[in-house]
Amino acid sequence: MSESAVLTTPPAAMEDQAAPATRVRGYWQSVGYRLRHDKVTCFFAFMVLLIILSAVFAPLLSPFDPYKESVIGRLKPFGWRNHILGTDELGRDMLSRILHGGRVSLLMGIVPVLIASCVGGMLGVVAGFMGGRVNTGIMRTMDVFYAFPSVLLAVAISGAMGGGMVNGMLALTLVFIPPMCRVAETATTQVRSLDFIEAARATGAGTFIIIRHHVLGNVLGPVFIYASSLVSVSILLASGLSFLGLGVRPPTADWGLMLSTLRQSIYVVPFVCALPGVAIFITSICFNLVSDGLRQAMDVRM
Amino acid sequence: MVMMDGMIPTPTPPADPRDRGGALQPLLIVRDLIKHFPIKGTGGRAVRAVDGVSFEVRKGETLGVVGESGCGKSTLARLLLHLIRPNSGELVFDGDPVDEPHGISVSALRRQVQMVFQDSYSSLNPRMPVRDSVAFGPYVQDKPKAEARDIAVNMLAKVGLNPDQFGPRYPHELSGGQKQRVNIARALATGPRMVILDEPVSALDKSVEAQVLNLLRALKRQFNLTYVFISHDLNVVRYISDRVLVMYLGKIVELGPVDSIFSAPRHPYTQALLASRPSMDPSRRIDDPPVTGDPPNPIDPPPGCRFHTRCPHAQAVCSAQEPRLIESLADDRHIAACHMHDPESGHTMAVAGSA
Repeated sequence: MSESAVLTTPPAAMEDQAAPATRVRGYWQSVGYRLRHDKVTCFFAFMVLLIILSAVFAPLLSPFDPYKESVIGRLKPFGWRNHILGTDELGRDMLSRILHGGRVSLLMGIVPVLIASCVGGMLGVVAGFMGGRVNTGIMRTMDVFYAFPSVLLAVAISGAMGGGMVNGMLALTLVFIPPMCRVAETATTQVRSLDFIEAARATGAGTFIIIRHHVLGNVLGPVFIYASSLVSVSILLASGLSFLGLGVRPPTADWGLMLSTLRQSIYVVPFVCALPGVAIFITSICFNLVSDGLRQAMDVRM
Repeated sequence: MVMMDGMIPTPTPPADPRDRGGALQPLLIVRDLIKHFPIKGTGGRAVRAVDGVSFEVRKGETLGVVGESGCGKSTLARLLLHLIRPNSGELVFDGDPVDEPHGISVSALRRQVQMVFQDSYSSLNPRMPVRDSVAFGPYVQDKPKAEARDIAVNMLAKVGLNPDQFGPRYPHELSGGQKQRVNIARALATGPRMVILDEPVSALDKSVEAQVLNLLRALKRQFNLTYVFISHDLNVVRYISDRVLVMYLGKIVELGPVDSIFSAPRHPYTQALLASRPSMDPSRRIDDPPVTGDPPNPIDPPPGCRFHTRCPHAQAVCSAQEPRLIESLADDRHIAACHMHDPESGHTMAVAGSA
């Protein structure tokens, strides 16, 4: 490249500037755009919203008191004396109990995942960013938890701490921290090796500032996607715990617990007894499909 | 938008208040810099990426660094900024030893030295508008947020990007050339005195490459900068450099003024490198590559002169003794590490070579 050849090139940047004037859109804006144009995800997100709303407003929506027992109205089929969904083995209205049960299930589904995302996410970011011994220390500790099947671990923890909703949530949180941590660690390790972290370090920025400005934004996506997929797992596990008698205690309305107590009556009123299972199934399917949609919208290489 | 060569009145560089040593004090002195990367499970063996490198960067010059892939160019760049710590060796920035009790700290060094990376994509945060990426440096260096943003807007304009149009964009919405401009703006936003350019144009296509090179020259004049320009592209180095440093397997083999190196290369490796450039003249096309084979493994570099395994003039002395970096008799500090230029080495071509 001779000097004259270079100098006869058009004034710098003119060609560069002519790039198509695309609409300027941030990452989250483009995620929102893709989500709005994904009809399936929109539909199931709407379903999830309905489920959440029905749980929140359960006291207003329930036609009967979910704890009101009746000796003569036990195990009645759909539609018996205004009990749209029938009654259970103690004569309590199934519709009211399903609505109220959703509150426990959703709480048990969402709260442990939220806490685990924060705790596990932070641990993972720290492990991934620090590397070396810190990484080994944190990740090998997580591997110890990984050695147990998640159901077994949840059962063991809540069994050791005793039943009850708070202990159940605690057990689920502990179960979810290791995988959450691993997802955050992987994402952080990927980001850490990129030049812009090095460039940030070259300006003299400290570790904390680099993590806050440059790492968190890039790790949030994968963590959020994974967390959304864990919600349905959490609901299922929570129901499982209740089913085994390790979650909430009777007479609290909870899908897992209802499934457990109604299972003896499956030959008497099969459809009524299957209702809590159907509720669990629909809820977890809806959360799963929304999570899939989120993954599709967010998992984009830009 | 971008100032072309010649449009700026020739400067007598304004006195930089940060200048401590005066014009003759080299901006950066590197002495015996060594960086070995240990390999796990080999009992102390290491990749000898940079193995005893000494040179000076003078104020206001552009020092080109050339060499094959894997010769330690990028490691050297990162060492100069203390992004990785050297095993041993010394950096003296404008008379102050770096990271020593009586010298300047690493963070003080980083306020005066910045770096532009090769990969324009991965050197920008994909989740951050480029304006914020540029503003990050000043913000970290204690400027208020509004002021940092003003600096960023200003710098984007200086590198030829309309701040209103490009500032709010994300890296994936820019072309390679535009991203590299942003990277240059980011490096200059903190007001450095020296910029290390690690293959800044290698990933760009030819027309954009020329634009960016001219931009770099203009900015250098405008901000009174000193460049260390790393590249494997000899033409680019010739175009932009004042002096050239040739590296081979972690060592300097030749160092001298750009014209002298390109017209009269002394080290056989430099000669081979220059000969390997494709000629524009069809009658001077070469069929056989001047250097064959891969460079030896930097884990076990050959003894003596590291180039002797591929050198056409290798003799017994070359594998026995490591050549010194010898200043040639005549001149202008053009030095080469070759026994053929050391009259006392015992190489039979020694006298002829140094003439």
